[in-house]
Amino acid sequence: MVSPVPAAVASAANATGVAKAGIAFILKKSLISALVALVLFSLMIGVRTDVGTAGQLVYWTRFGELAAIVGAVFVGSILVELLRGWFGPREGVQLPQGVQRGLSWAGRLIGPAALVFALLLPVIFYDQRYILDLAILVLTYIMLGWGLNVVVGLAGLLDLGYVAFYAVGAYSYALLATNFGLSFWICLPLAGILAAFWGILLGFPVLRLRGDYLAIVTLAFGEIIRLVLLNWQDLTGGPNGISGIPRPTLFGIPLSSGEDGLAALLGIEFSPTHRIVFLFYLILALALITNWVTIRLRRLPIGRAWEAMREDEVACRALGINITTTKLTAFATGAMFGGFAGAFFATRQGFISPESFTFHESALVLAIVVLGGMGSQLGVAIAAVTLIGGFELFRGLDQYRMLVFGMAMVLLMIWRPRGLVGHRAPTVFLEHNRAIAADMVKEGRG
Amino acid sequence: MSNDHILVVDQLMMRFGGIIAVGGLSFTAKHGEITALIGPNGAGKTTVFNCITGFYRPSGGELRLTHPGGATFQLEKLNDFRICKIAKVARTFQNIRLFPGMTALENLMVAQHNALMRASGMTFLGLFGVPSWRAAEQRAIDRAKFWLDRVGLIARADDAAGNLPYGDQRRLEIARAMCTEPALLCLDEPAAGLNARESAGLNELLLSIRAEHGTSVLLIEHDMSVVMEISDHVIVLDHGTKIADGTPRAVRDDPKVIAAYLGVEDDEVAAVERELGQ
Repeated sequence: MVSPVPAAVASAANATGVAKAGIAFILKKSLISALVALVLFSLMIGVRTDVGTAGQLVYWTRFGELAAIVGAVFVGSILVELLRGWFGPREGVQLPQGVQRGLSWAGRLIGPAALVFALLLPVIFYDQRYILDLAILVLTYIMLGWGLNVVVGLAGLLDLGYVAFYAVGAYSYALLATNFGLSFWICLPLAGILAAFWGILLGFPVLRLRGDYLAIVTLAFGEIIRLVLLNWQDLTGGPNGISGIPRPTLFGIPLSSGEDGLAALLGIEFSPTHRIVFLFYLILALALITNWVTIRLRRLPIGRAWEAMREDEVACRALGINITTTKLTAFATGAMFGGFAGAFFATRQGFISPESFTFHESALVLAIVVLGGMGSQLGVAIAAVTLIGGFELFRGLDQYRMLVFGMAMVLLMIWRPRGLVGHRAPTVFLEHNRAIAADMVKEGRG
Repeated sequence: MSNDHILVVDQLMMRFGGIIAVGGLSFTAKHGEITALIGPNGAGKTTVFNCITGFYRPSGGELRLTHPGGATFQLEKLNDFRICKIAKVARTFQNIRLFPGMTALENLMVAQHNALMRASGMTFLGLFGVPSWRAAEQRAIDRAKFWLDRVGLIARADDAAGNLPYGDQRRLEIARAMCTEPALLCLDEPAAGLNARESAGLNELLLSIRAEHGTSVLLIEHDMSVVMEISDHVIVLDHGTKIADGTPRAVRDDPKVIAAYLGVEDDEVAAVERELGQ
């Protein structure tokens, strides 16, 4: 099974000129991968143990399967290298001027077109509850992505515990609403403020940490919040969570089938879809506010200081910028948006428990930000649609869903290592609003 | 000390563990003058700079800064960003530290952070585009334009700083430091890596900064053409202590300076040893 591969490699190399990675290099790399696979899988797959009939240990070997796996790793790594050669970032490839202009036009239209589509979505898919629910979910992740984008994309602080602020927002609303009967519209800002407060609390201990260390501490912070929610039975209900969280009202008018409900007031027939549509527009408004605020902040001194801090922290200090407050405001702003999203999540679900706030959520939101292109609002939105929509799209594949999904992500990152929208738009310009190429922009080290 | 000194360094000491990088250094820099700090590699020049600009906290000694208005600051007690924000000391770096992913104009806007932060009402007024904020932002852009023009980079204002050629990056860094409106500008080897023409342009720029803005300049430099041409006062360091102090001409002819840079002949060493009676 190995013999046809070099021929394929040779022809591919001739055809496309894989200059960066020669055949020898690819073969060497693949051989090393295969060797690692052999060592790893010889025990995991090569030897199978079981309990015999008399309770003794029996084992047998499975060299055929082992060979298949090692071969698959070998061929797979050759394929990945070839794909990297074909789709990877290439220098010197210039699209014709006309195509470039067309693309930049299209790029400028994507945002407004997506907004119009979002505004019309409940009208188009009024009867399809599934699509509306999915759209609400996607918008929630877009909002979370935009919130985390402030911390990771602009300020360059790698935060693996973002879900903590989502949880703080959700529990703030749930507890305030169920215990004190406060309405959603009062609780929403409170949830944001509380989340921002926790963002600052997290900020203090990590002020001096960078990169990997920052990531680990924020990860721990996320877990601490989840474990507190899980164990503080009296307040949070522990693993049982909080149920009966009030639904949002349209400025005091409930969206119910009762006498004082919106449907009765307007004199139209009640439908449960009304509430879904209302929730959709609510999260759309919240997400758009997040977007608007972030875009404004980027053009204010605080936003520029965030980006400057990502680029070079030492230079910032030399220019009289207080790194402490700059970091804390980034954490607080990101956390506040997470808190808003959490409050929305609580009111939409009507029930929350610590299970909704696992590390998986943090990783997903971070994946959205990284995939979208750190710092890009549009990229994050596209990535959220792709990721959350992709999860649903591949639902039919059952257990292979994550595999297909993971492969799609690997391919995407090979094709665009800096995310879908990797370039950076300047916040102020004299004459030409030129985008800054991705390789110039720093990723930040925390 | 009289009031005509912007910076008085008194018995500055900087230790790193057992190593004494700067041992009891004293010198002064006058208002409106260009003071050069020279010395062989490893003499402790950058350490002195890092103490003055707050990147290191000195192990001992005093650093007194006096503004033209008369306000004084003990720099060894201020730290970090406050030295630039309050005491108005700006610096550049030996290995250029611009914000490479931001445009030249944005780099200069970041330098005006503290003034803009106040104008934007700590962000809240700015968020809603209050007219006073818009006016302040326009003034900041005008100031940035002025400095871009001065360093000859106005045509590249909208290019990423990381894309500029090396010499342009050096000048942009000086412009960025000047945007903080410093009383004392500290330049760490501004001519490093510049060709003769660029180096001459730098001289002109520094002289005009001194003449037109009254900014005092403290610079570390290896390029003697820069040091000799533009500095009013030269301080020579070797092994963390001052070995000479005076006008460029006086320092150039000082035997101790020549010895520190070029080394001395073996028979001279023997002569000194004989004198000391060893």
